[in-house]
Amino acid sequence: MAETATLQGAPPQQRQRSRGLSEKKLAFTMVSPSMLLIALVAAYPILYGIWLSLHEYSVRVAGLSRWAGLSNYTEALGNSEFWSAMGTTLVFTAVSVTLEFLLGLAMAMAMHAAFRGQGLLRTVILIPWSLLTVVTGFMWRSIFESPQGLVNTLLGTDTVWLGQKPHALIVIIIADVWKTAPFMALLILAGLQTIPGEIYEAAKVDGAKSWQRFTKITMPLLVPAILVALIFRTLDALRIFDLPYVLTKGANGTNTLSLLSQQTFAENRIYGLGSAYAILTFITVMIVAFLYIRTVGGNIRGIAED
Amino acid sequence: MATAATTQAGAGAGAKPTTSKKTDTGPKTPWWMWLCVVAIVFYCLFPFYWLINLSLKTGADLSNNALVPPNPSLANYKAIFRNDDFVRALGNSVWVAGWTTVLAITIGSFCAYALARLRFKGKFFILGLVLAITTFPGIAIAAPLFKLWSNIGLFDTLTGLIIPDLTFALPLAIFILVSFFKEIPKDLEEAALVDGATYFQAFRKVVVPLAAPGMATAAILVFIGAWNEFLFAITLTSTPQARTVPAAIAFFTGATTFEVPIGTITAASVVISIPLIAMVLLFQKRIVAGLTAGAVKG
Repeated sequence: MAETATLQGAPPQQRQRSRGLSEKKLAFTMVSPSMLLIALVAAYPILYGIWLSLHEYSVRVAGLSRWAGLSNYTEALGNSEFWSAMGTTLVFTAVSVTLEFLLGLAMAMAMHAAFRGQGLLRTVILIPWSLLTVVTGFMWRSIFESPQGLVNTLLGTDTVWLGQKPHALIVIIIADVWKTAPFMALLILAGLQTIPGEIYEAAKVDGAKSWQRFTKITMPLLVPAILVALIFRTLDALRIFDLPYVLTKGANGTNTLSLLSQQTFAENRIYGLGSAYAILTFITVMIVAFLYIRTVGGNIRGIAED
Repeated sequence: MATAATTQAGAGAGAKPTTSKKTDTGPKTPWWMWLCVVAIVFYCLFPFYWLINLSLKTGADLSNNALVPPNPSLANYKAIFRNDDFVRALGNSVWVAGWTTVLAITIGSFCAYALARLRFKGKFFILGLVLAITTFPGIAIAAPLFKLWSNIGLFDTLTGLIIPDLTFALPLAIFILVSFFKEIPKDLEEAALVDGATYFQAFRKVVVPLAAPGMATAAILVFIGAWNEFLFAITLTSTPQARTVPAAIAFFTGATTFEVPIGTITAASVVISIPLIAMVLLFQKRIVAGLTAGAVKG
C-alpha cells in the first residue's frame, strides 16, 4: 500500500491542484472557524477586560465612566486585600499540588503493582474526579461542619473548622487534594505503563536494589508525564474559585485571586478595580505558565511536530 | 516476565521495599498491597458515601453522625424534585453542556485534523495558542463578560453561558482530538488520496469514522467540563431562569440564613452526580485514554 502510494504520488505538487483545495488552503479553511471563535470568546473579552481595567465607573449613574489610566492597578497593588489573596492563592497552589502529586504517585504505584483489584481501583479512583467541584465543597463542608460534624465527633473536639484562620484553608486544601489526587494518579499510572518491564529485568540482573530501580529508572522515565500533569494542576489551582466560594465565601484567610476579583466586580459592582484584579490574576497565571513552559517547551513542540 | 517486573516496580514504591520476594510463583498479592487497595477504595468512596448517608436523613438525624441513617427517608429527594428552580436548573445544565459539546467538537475537529495531518505554517503557534487558552483563568473572561452581557442583553441567558463555556471547551476538544487523529494510520488516507479523493473527502470519509471513538471521548470530557462549570454560571446569571445546577445548589444555602438546608443540598448533590458517575463508569477506558492522551505523549 505504502509502496504504491509513493510510486503513484511521485509528483505530489502537481497532483494536489486537481484535488480541490490545496493542502494549505484546506488547512486554512479548517483552522479558521476555531480561530475566529477563539478570537471572539477569548481574545476579545480579555482585551475588553483590559479596557475596563483602565477606566473608572460611576456606582451611581449606570454607564458613566472616565479614563483612569493605571490608577486601578496602583490601587490594587497597594491593597492589602490583593496581597493576602495572592498569598492565599500561592500557598493553596503550592501545598495542594505538592500533596496531590505525592498522594497521586503513591496511588499510581499501588495500582500498578496490584494484581487483583486493579479494575476495581481504576473504577473507584474516577469517582472523586467525576464529582462536581461544588458538590465536593458541600460534601467536605458537611464533614467538617461544626460543632456536630463528623470530624469533630471522631476527634471529640468542637473546633470551628471553617470559622478560623489556618483551619478554613486547610479544609479547602483537603477537599481539593481529595478530588484531584486520583486524577494525578491516573496520569502517572498511564506514564508507568509505558515503561517496558525489560528495563527492570536488566537492572535487576545488574544488581540494582528496588529503591535504586525506583529512583534511577521509574522516576526519570516518568518525568515527562509528571511535568505535564503538574503544569495543568498548578495552573488550574492558581485560578481556584469554586471551593472557597462554597466553603467560606473567602472568609477567614481563604480569599483567592479569582474570588476577590469576582466579588469586586460582580457583587460590589466596582468594574474597574475588579477587572484590574482579573487581569493581575491572568498575568500571575501567565508568568507561572511561562516559567513552566520554558522548562518543558520541548514536550509541546514534540506534539506539534510529529 | 512482565508480571515479575511489575511486582518489583511496585515493591520499590510500596511502604516496605525490603519485602520484595525473590521469584514469586505466579501473581501472589502481599498483604500490604491489599491494605493499599482497601485504603484507596475507602479514600475514594467514603466521602461520597457520607453524602448519600446525609441525603437519606431528615431532621435531628442530620447531625447525629450515624454511619447508617437510622430512619432512612427519601423526603429530601422528593423535596428537590418539587423545587421548580432545581428542576429548571437540571434542564438548563443539559442544554448548556449539550450545546457546548456539540459546537466544540464540530468546530474543533476540523482544526484538530489540520493540526494533526496537514502541513502549513503557523502550526506550532496555533497549538501553543490553544494550549495557552486552556490555562487562562476563567475570571479574566468572566469580568469583562459580566459588563458586556449586561450591555447587549445576554446577561442571565443560557446563550450567555454557552459562549464563555466554549472558551475552554474548544481548546480542550482540539487538544484531545489532535492526539487521537495522530493515532490513525496515515496509510488509509494516503490510499484514499491515491484513489483520487480530495483532502476534505479523505477527512470526512476516512478519518472521521475511524476517529469516532476519539471524538466520543473528547465529547465526554468536554461535556463533563461544561456540566461542572461554576464561575460563569454564578457570575453571569442572576435568576433561576438561566442558572445551571452547580449555581442553583449554591443558592440553596442563601435561602435560609441560619440553617444550612443540608438534607436537600446533599440530595441535590447526589442527583446531579449520578449522571456523571454513570457516564464515567460506562466510558471508563475512553476517559482515561483521553485524559492521558496529552500527558503521556509529551
